[in-house]
Amino acid sequence: MTSYIQKIQEVSARLLKECKVDMVIGFRKGTIPLMNEPYFARTAEDVQNLVWDSNCGINLANYLTDRKENIGIIAKGCDARNIVTHIVENKIKREQLVIIGVPCKGMINKRKITAMSEGEITEVTEDENNVTVKGDGFEKVLNKKDVLQQNCALCIHRNPIEYDELIAETVEEQKDIDRYADIREIEALSPAEKDKYFEDLFSTCIRCYACRNACPLCYCPTCFTDEAKPQWVGKSQDQTDIETFHFLRAFHCAGRCTDCGACERACPVGINMRLLTRKLEKDCFDLFEWEAGMSLDVRPPLDTYKPGDPDDFIK
Amino acid sequence: MKVIQIDKEKWADGLDRLAGSYRLFAPVKEEEFYNFKELAKDEAPDLNYLNTRLSPKAIIYPQSEIMFEYSLDESAEDHHIMKEVDNSYSPQAVIGVRPCDAKAFLLVRLNFDTPEYKDPYWIRAYESTTLVGLACDSPCSSCFCTTAGCGPYHEEGLDILLVDADNHFLAKVLTEKGEKLIKAAGWDTAADEAEAGKKIETGKQAAETKISAFVNTDRLPEIDTVELYKAPFWEDVSFSCINCGTCTFVCPTCWCFDIQDENHGKSGVRMRNWDSCMFPLFTVHGTGHNPRGTQLHRVRQRFMHKLKYYVDKYDVGIQCVGCGRCVRSCPVNIDIRRVCELMNNYGTEKDSCAA
Ligand code: SF4
Ligand code: SF4
Ligand code: SF4
Ligand code: SF4
Repeated sequence: MTSYIQKIQEVSARLLKECKVDMVIGFRKGTIPLMNEPYFARTAEDVQNLVWDSNCGINLANYLTDRKENIGIIAKGCDARNIVTHIVENKIKREQLVIIGVPCKGMINKRKITAMSEGEITEVTEDENNVTVKGDGFEKVLNKKDVLQQNCALCIHRNPIEYDELIAETVEEQKDIDRYADIREIEALSPAEKDKYFEDLFSTCIRCYACRNACPLCYCPTCFTDEAKPQWVGKSQDQTDIETFHFLRAFHCAGRCTDCGACERACPVGINMRLLTRKLEKDCFDLFEWEAGMSLDVRPPLDTYKPGDPDDFIK
Repeated sequence: MKVIQIDKEKWADGLDRLAGSYRLFAPVKEEEFYNFKELAKDEAPDLNYLNTRLSPKAIIYPQSEIMFEYSLDESAEDHHIMKEVDNSYSPQAVIGVRPCDAKAFLLVRLNFDTPEYKDPYWIRAYESTTLVGLACDSPCSSCFCTTAGCGPYHEEGLDILLVDADNHFLAKVLTEKGEKLIKAAGWDTAADEAEAGKKIETGKQAAETKISAFVNTDRLPEIDTVELYKAPFWEDVSFSCINCGTCTFVCPTCWCFDIQDENHGKSGVRMRNWDSCMFPLFTVHGTGHNPRGTQLHRVRQRFMHKLKYYVDKYDVGIQCVGCGRCVRSCPVNIDIRRVCELMNNYGTEKDSCAA
């Protein structure tokens, strides 16, 4: 990790010095354990604040939307795919960017680690394979593999597919991953059971919209949830309105979501809304052999027509 | 001041008795987090918690609250007339509330209960609530209550302060409401006041020394508002903010709401829902113009309100009790302690390197 940090700082300093970019977007060290903060560096001095470790789960592509500067951006595998999606959707231009790719070894799950600890965590350190968690009266060494965010445990594109600089050797991609076991279980439920399942899933939602706002795909100038004329969704704690928000948002991410996990990570009450986007991701793969953000040259399946597209849903 | 000794063996019995005349709210653990919930029959409060994920503010100020109902059926005589709904304000008690969260109700009160304006919903709910606090013996590392006008044994806003003393609680009865509740519970063993007082004082000092996070707020009143508004650090502070409402929704002192009419067929309700200054929609005008059009505007508003406008307007400190929830829940780690430091140092030597 420290070798990553050195290289990130080196590359960023060089890009700024050569005036290739106006700013570098990365992370600075968090003020509490298991957190880092998205950060921009404009000067050689700022660059010293850039860090990298397993707490960089927020998707930085989210910070590119409609920016006008030339930007260096630190990108792990999923970030890079969302950057590609951003470019394809005209939210930023390729020429504006210097993508500093980070071969990723997975981000750790703050919530899971917190739940596994006997008390408040006050310090977390990590090395290649282990995470050491300390708190008042306890110290634990956890295997990083066991505490990854679920999306990282399931990830099959850890290496950035689009980049200008790569800050380390590529990592080995995970193989033979069954990405959708939980989704198949939900698919197998009866409609009534599904109804109950989703009602439970979203019962604690407070509609803070952190999931939406952490998502690089959710850049609409006015989200349908916020529209007043017409008002598509009510704004109260009504369960139907809450679920409508989640279902519609998920549909808007179909064929675009990279399963970066930023949405789930951001939720203050621990809701796994990725179950919805992953179902759509699975469908896009099954129907169109499509994975989002893998190429700058191919249009996404939902904005193109091909004669061979499956059409058996049209009755 | 009266101190009652409640043996833990008598705790459940007392709560049972209370359940007859109060609706009881208390922290319970749900999957990963603790939150305040209305206790079901025979459900016990789980007081083994550091702090709840959400503050208890919703018990007095629900996230969605119906104020009026109306009929749209033009054949009905009273169509299109707003009628107040019959909300129940039966007595309720919050058991095990933290002193910071109790003090927060007093801050919120400054907004809902003023000489000029009285918010009937909030006031009625507040008046029907008895707050039974639990002194905080293991504060989180992100709590900074002692420098935010509060503390782990702080009594302001509470009706009773419970202090855990191994096999019993010491209950310091602070108000008439508190007195009434203690009676209703049948807890009647008076503690030796001098001894109890000593114990509470020792506990208090021990808890206060455990607080490891602080804010400095001394210069906030004197700094020029416009200068602070124009400070260059806001770009740095606001960059990572995704303008979700998490910080304001988890905060016990945030009070903003939005009024909505919702129609279902031929009838409808007028309700209010929590709103957040972090949402772009919060300030958008009918014309489409938004005076707080950027993320920087909104982030600045939140911190300026809590740490400057409020300070200037009420002269009772900052609009924050240091519960640390926003610090722990912000998805991108925007930390009010850091921002407060930047604001408080603004215009001094220290401010140049702080960012
Ligand atoms: S929906 Fe969630 S997982 Fe998908 S791209 Fe958005 S933030 Fe990432
Ligand atoms: S982040 Fe969580 S609580 Fe907030 S709107 Fe999304 S699912 Fe609901
Ligand atoms: S400060 Fe954090 S919690 Fe608050 S709106 Fe910004 S990102 Fe959300
Ligand atoms: S601003 Fe943050 S620390 Fe202060 S009372 Fe609100 S949630 Fe707690």
